[in-house]
Amino acid sequence: MPGNIADNLNSELLGGSADSEKFIKNTGIRYRRFVDTDVCTSDLCEKAALKLLEDLKWDPSEIDVVIMVTQTPDFLTPNTAILMQDRLGIPKSAIAFDVPLGCSGYVYGLFTMASILAATKLKKGLLLVGDTLSRQASPKDKSAYPLFGDAATASAVEYTGIEADDFKFLLGSDGSGYQSIIVPGGGYREPITCESLSYDKIEEGIERNRTNTVMIGTDVFSFGISVIPAAVSEFYSRFALTNDKVDYAYFHQANKFMNEKIRKKIGLTEEQVPYSLYDYGNTSSATIPLTITYHFKGNNKAAQNKEILLCGFGVGLSWGICLLNTKDIFISDIIEY
Amino acid sequence: MENFLENFAEQLDETPMEQVTMDTNFKDIEEWSSMTALSIIAMVDEYYGKKLTGDEIRQAQTIRDLFEIVKNK
Repeated sequence: MPGNIADNLNSELLGGSADSEKFIKNTGIRYRRFVDTDVCTSDLCEKAALKLLEDLKWDPSEIDVVIMVTQTPDFLTPNTAILMQDRLGIPKSAIAFDVPLGCSGYVYGLFTMASILAATKLKKGLLLVGDTLSRQASPKDKSAYPLFGDAATASAVEYTGIEADDFKFLLGSDGSGYQSIIVPGGGYREPITCESLSYDKIEEGIERNRTNTVMIGTDVFSFGISVIPAAVSEFYSRFALTNDKVDYAYFHQANKFMNEKIRKKIGLTEEQVPYSLYDYGNTSSATIPLTITYHFKGNNKAAQNKEILLCGFGVGLSWGICLLNTKDIFISDIIEY
Repeated sequence: MENFLENFAEQLDETPMEQVTMDTNFKDIEEWSSMTALSIIAMVDEYYGKKLTGDEIRQAQTIRDLFEIVKNK
């Protein structure tokens, strides 16, 4: 977690205290962390990984797979996971690659990791997940910038070979919604030109250039409240689950208004659904692991043997649901970069 | 599709019900904001079980336009 903290209550971008209060009430987001402009997601991941490995007493040489989930890589090419192999002292024999997803990224990352370990019977994987959206969204865009916080996480996954330990997944994709959350310029569909960097005024309070994040709130909301409850319902059906079999459900932390609509539609209680929005905002791919860590605050005893539901959804459009049991889980506390 | 106008007006905090008719250009309502748009999408989902999209809100002018869009889904 970067040490720099922004407070939406004093945000000039949101235009004055009455509007700021309204924003905080609707989104549930008060504080957000942001990196210095020379700090990358990988730097945050590196520090998190080193702490985790130390806590678990895993030597980097034991790691078989390293996957990095991020949409704010060090370079467009090569994959940041491979850089991390080198920086963390992971063996050259390791499998290393990126999964460039956002909001659904943690679930997809776990799915990819679990699938590889199960297929290869390799033992230990390191899943690095995070983003520095403060460096991607336009600071002059009140529809995006005040929602995002920076964060990165490291998760260690170990193969046990016991079927009851299997993670359960349901994943989905809808590319027709690709424009709902997008960085339009910088790929090959719209290469960078000098014009890409000049700011367009979309409306009062929304100015961005072609390399900045675009998020169409209404489209994302419409998707979120219809697709996600249906997907959870399908997931429950597939694995013979009900709300009361879930101890905690960790949703991608988008904004309180949408998340609460989704929670209520599914029928989960407030106690079952922890949030990290107020203190950290929408931390993109890191929201789920961050919320889990934030919820338990280093209390490993309280975290044991829980059936937890993870649900990431957003950019793509993409979504993923996972159920796992936290038997033998170890949760390190949040550290600052 | 009952009570569409009432359900719509209920999402408005500051505008009296009497000022809102089927022919109102809803985006001209003083308090209309991106939040109101979300409330309308949520209302249509909750009361009518239908998915109203951002595009449809952008294209519609009057409350009647929205009513027709939702009715035809």
